[in-house]
Amino acid sequence: MKGTELCAPAADLEEIDRIIDRYRDEKGSLIQVLLTIQAEHHWLPREVLSRVAERLSVPLTRVLHLATFATAFSRIPRGRPEVHVCTGTACHVRGAPRVLSTIEELTGIQPGETDLDLRYSLETVNCLGCCALGPVVEIDGKIHGKVSIAKTEDVLKSCE
Amino acid sequence: MNDLTMRIDGKEVGAAEGMTVLTAARGAGIEIPTLCHHDSLEPYGGCRLCLVEVTERGWSRHVVACVYPAKDGLEVRTRTERIDRIRKGILELLLARAPNSPILRELGEEYGADPDRFEGEGSFCIHCGLCVRYCAEVKKAHAVGFVDRGVRREIAFIPEIATRVCESCKECFPLCPTSYLQAAWVLVKSLATPA
Ligand code: SF4
Ligand code: FES
Repeated sequence: MKGTELCAPAADLEEIDRIIDRYRDEKGSLIQVLLTIQAEHHWLPREVLSRVAERLSVPLTRVLHLATFATAFSRIPRGRPEVHVCTGTACHVRGAPRVLSTIEELTGIQPGETDLDLRYSLETVNCLGCCALGPVVEIDGKIHGKVSIAKTEDVLKSCE
Repeated sequence: MNDLTMRIDGKEVGAAEGMTVLTAARGAGIEIPTLCHHDSLEPYGGCRLCLVEVTERGWSRHVVACVYPAKDGLEVRTRTERIDRIRKGILELLLARAPNSPILRELGEEYGADPDRFEGEGSFCIHCGLCVRYCAEVKKAHAVGFVDRGVRREIAFIPEIATRVCESCKECFPLCPTSYLQAAWVLVKSLATPA
């Protein structure tokens, strides 16, 4: 990982075209294309959205509407890994606020933010569906349960 | 053509399959207030101001006239105490966004809405979608669209398209119930083509 590069690398449009072609003739291809680009590139730059609109023959207004509507999409670069702290009711009573502030301290970012090195993105979520494990932190799809303050740092490190 | 018969405010009204309650009522000279409806656009149901009470098989409920399909035997009431109260509330919320809109002020007066009931947030756009839908459906230019959602939702011009088509069109301007559309356009124009 390029640790100190401040900008996200420019999108490779050939790569984007390949993703578009994968779904091109399917119904509902727009959302699939955007989800795949988001998953592989971690954000949706404007020139990528224009490209998607053009190649799928969908108005750019619709692409922008969708890309700004769903929280799964990001118009700014997101880091790797994406850290999701559950602040749903069960996790909240089980200590999510303390876990969250520990992560904020360790990473230096607030929910909704990404650090300058693109090393972390932090996001709060409302329920991950495993309340018995609370407080829960999900990092790149992997669930970490019963996260204590002491464990928080290890959990973060485990995914670097 | 008039194969359906309904009663609107006690008056017998004929309608055709595929019509909405709103078009049937207006055809019979019964006025229902609207903000987001436009005859040449698809039904939208965004502002909820046109809500009416319908009674079907003994059940009554509130629906929006501009979307609800005309049906045979439908009983419609366009003004009741409850309807007036709901419309007043809607107008008060919209007036908090666009306090100077002449259409909103006029309707607000009719329904006794207090323009200061909710703290103003001066965002001016009431999200009626007329500009966005007119541009997409009638002009097929897609120069303006909605972005974001919830309280952050707003209209956004696509500069590449807008600088090309809007100057000579501007057909959506008179449709806007507030002055937001024009203000947004002036802003985009000055950003896209600095003097
Ligand atoms: S700018 Fe005007 S016409 Fe467009 S959505 Fe807002 S209020 Fe409606
Ligand atoms: S006119 Fe019916 S909801 Fe706006």
